[in-house]
Amino acid sequence: MLEPVLKVEGLVKRFGGLVATDNLNLDIREGEVHAVIGPNGAGKTTMISQLIGELRPDAGSIRFLGQDITHLPVHARSHLGIARSFQITSIFLNFTTLENIMLAVQAHDGHSFRFWKDARSDPRLREPAMAALEQVGLAHRAETVASVLSHGEHRQLEIAMALATRPKLLLLDEPMAGMGPEDSARMVTLLRQIKGSITMLLIEHDMDAVFALADRITVLVYGRGIATGEPDEIRRNEQVRQAYLGDEA
Amino acid sequence: MTPRFITRSLFFFMTLLLIEQFLNGLQIGLLLFLLAAGLTLVFGIMDLVNLAHGSLYMMGAFFAATLTEWTGSFLLGALLALPATALLGIVVEVIALRNLYTRDHLDHVLATFGLILFFNELARILFGVGGMAIPLPDSLLTHFEVLPGLPYPTYRFLIIVVGLLCAVFLYVLVQKTRLGMLIRAGATNREMVGALGIDIKLLFTLVFGLGAALAALAGLMAAPITTVQIGMGDNILILALVVIVIGGIGSIRGAFIAAVMIGLVDTMGRAFLPNMLGTVLSPADAGTVAEALSSMLIYILMSGVLVLRPAGLFPAPGR
Amino acid sequence: MSSLLRLKSPITTIAGSILLVLLGLVPVFAMLLDDPFMLTLFTRIVIMAIAAVSLNLILGYGGMVSFGHAAYIGVGGYAIGILAHHGITEAWIQWPVALIGSALVALLIGLLSLRTKGIFFIMLTLALAQLVYYLGNGAYAYGGDDGLTILQRTDFGGLLDLNDKETLYYLCWVLLVIVLWLTYRVVNSRFGMVLQGAKSNDRRMATLGFPVFRYRLTAFVISGTICGLAGILTATYTDFISPAMMHWTRSGDLIVMVVLGGMGSLFGPLFGAVTFLMLEEILSSWTEYWKIVFGPILLLVVLFARGGIDGAMVRGAAGYALTGLITLFLIYVVHYLWYDDWIPAAVVLAGAAAAILAIWYRQRREAVAIASAGGDHA
Repeated sequence: MLEPVLKVEGLVKRFGGLVATDNLNLDIREGEVHAVIGPNGAGKTTMISQLIGELRPDAGSIRFLGQDITHLPVHARSHLGIARSFQITSIFLNFTTLENIMLAVQAHDGHSFRFWKDARSDPRLREPAMAALEQVGLAHRAETVASVLSHGEHRQLEIAMALATRPKLLLLDEPMAGMGPEDSARMVTLLRQIKGSITMLLIEHDMDAVFALADRITVLVYGRGIATGEPDEIRRNEQVRQAYLGDEA
Repeated sequence: MTPRFITRSLFFFMTLLLIEQFLNGLQIGLLLFLLAAGLTLVFGIMDLVNLAHGSLYMMGAFFAATLTEWTGSFLLGALLALPATALLGIVVEVIALRNLYTRDHLDHVLATFGLILFFNELARILFGVGGMAIPLPDSLLTHFEVLPGLPYPTYRFLIIVVGLLCAVFLYVLVQKTRLGMLIRAGATNREMVGALGIDIKLLFTLVFGLGAALAALAGLMAAPITTVQIGMGDNILILALVVIVIGGIGSIRGAFIAAVMIGLVDTMGRAFLPNMLGTVLSPADAGTVAEALSSMLIYILMSGVLVLRPAGLFPAPGR
Repeated sequence: MSSLLRLKSPITTIAGSILLVLLGLVPVFAMLLDDPFMLTLFTRIVIMAIAAVSLNLILGYGGMVSFGHAAYIGVGGYAIGILAHHGITEAWIQWPVALIGSALVALLIGLLSLRTKGIFFIMLTLALAQLVYYLGNGAYAYGGDDGLTILQRTDFGGLLDLNDKETLYYLCWVLLVIVLWLTYRVVNSRFGMVLQGAKSNDRRMATLGFPVFRYRLTAFVISGTICGLAGILTATYTDFISPAMMHWTRSGDLIVMVVLGGMGSLFGPLFGAVTFLMLEEILSSWTEYWKIVFGPILLLVVLFARGGIDGAMVRGAAGYALTGLITLFLIYVVHYLWYDDWIPAAVVLAGAAAAILAIWYRQRREAVAIASAGGDHA
């Protein structure tokens, strides 16, 4: 079998006395959608922050495509091909929708110590950015300032920015958070389109979406992975039902 | 006189000098602490950068000078100046600063910079360009022996005592009382205090008034040693800001330690650098350089602390 | 509050261009009015405008609140003064030394301070600038805190004669135009996009793959160098250097100019510098205590007129802002024709108060409108 895209071994993160990530192991295989679920406070966002490089783990290692990235800074991981969408929408509110994406494209088009040429009219940025907008269905909002977009559109833009960096691995931190059923359905459709071409790690509370999208699921409780497997296995897993699904299903 | 006797008495003399300079540094540090305490409370709880805090220091000194003139008593003047400045602080908070809490630090800097300009001119109009002096009563003009062979001005010693008493008072206030609990909670989590159903506006106003009174106390105690001048708050304000940044914003304990540290560094620099530089420079030049150097020491100290500990020595939790 | 939208706003561009042209004609006005002091005042205004534009690059576009920008004015000025003191007056030595000196100091200050954020950044830039200030104070060989008179102005060979007031003025004016043009190119380039992106959301920028620190540091150095240029010109036109030119309140003045004019707007700092220094001039001729009026104006601008003059224009209060600027010019003229009169000052005050009230009223109406429309995108 191929080496997994992302391999997390023995990851530990403590905040004072609280263990937010407790000896976590995780393998994400090429092309799969791997969902990580767990009750609130299970340490899901803390895990993502360590994968992306915003938090330093206290112990353990993270390998991406065979390379140890445990101590790489955020921007370097991005260049290796890891992208992230934020749980709380994190876009450039005073840029237009298109400019948001163009910035993402620019990040992966060489260095930006270019001081003279106008960036907004640069086809090398514009064209890929427009393509990414069309992919998520936001092209008609290209020239709108991002601050006036609706919540659902913010989420779409968030994904589009991550996609525009042409990632190999996409970390999705609750992409459906705060969405109505209609927007959620659109997001699921969108993610299904991408599925297969980009490996995804999905954190989500919306179980319908998780079971609709995920190839494998890891259940996180108090920072520990208590089970990993295909959706059916997880559904049947007694421990998981008790710890988590039991009180919802 | 044997050489040994000379060495010994030289050593003795140096020790006394060192103790005296230590007391001077402590005295300056404590004045700085009084100013910084209000600043760090306001900053910690309201998240407000108040450059006009130095103006309250100045106004407190002017009030004290004027009231001393009227009443003929320094003590009475000082006691009246404290509530007067607290009231002035409260008025400023209610009229101007209250609307700034939700803004960013840049807006705070600008608006309170405007207040500095206003108060400096107001003082110029009200109290004249020349500044004022606060004459000390004869009882405070004496010296007394702190240690055998070391006479020290009574008034400076009084400053140290008052400063330490204030530090204890603030410690008890913040650590032991209900108001202090709210202050600490506010520095960590503002929303929580609001959610507890506390009248947060009143709390802010009270804390601001307290800070103003402390600033006035610092100003009026410094006044007899220097003079009461327009802009006397501007430079010491920067020092107080340095203190709270080194100490960690919102931390009274940090402010105390940082203030004493800066007071000592500044005093020792001014006391000993001229002699050291005097071996290579002319006395006048040595004085110029030493003064600049000891001022620089403070900023080097701060830069060093911030490079090593970006949130100061005692960062407030949750910040 | 869109910095990018503002750039596209035609009103600001038109007003800014008109102002630039008017500034270009100042020597003519000065000649017509036979008022040599006018040229001195406007030389100062144009130089401070250059410094304000340089601060705007990092403060307005990059969100870095440098509270120590006067340090670079000092470094640029001291380089000129010290070299002149040792008899080196050739421009091709003086100017590069001054500019490189400012760049190096900015690099050092930036390296240390850009690791911190928020108030700690403000304080570190302030503290490090204070270091430079006290360095000037301690430079006893160059006058210590008394400063140093420059006996001979920079020698441009046969090219320029800086002893000629008009020549010096036009040199400053041309440099201002160039600096504005440079800023325009830089903020719209890829580099500028990174700078503005990092102001808006630096966490996201890192996630996208930008090593934000390097870009910020570069912008910081560019800004410091341009500010050093303002220092060169300050030393040249005053024939004097002293630590006072880098006192922390001078850095405060620069921030005020930028914010008053409008942060992150190309012409904002120009409006700000002109308004600030003309207000200072007019108010101080009216009363010795001019700051008692200016301080509260500043407070009112912060409280009620966010986005400064430029913001007011974009929001549609262009009328007020333009009228204000033109009024300033007119009053300045009137003030010279009837010297020592209280009328001009009263008109300025009434005008400023009216404009601020109008802007405030308008903002409140807008706020009410947004609130009633259920603005949940805050």
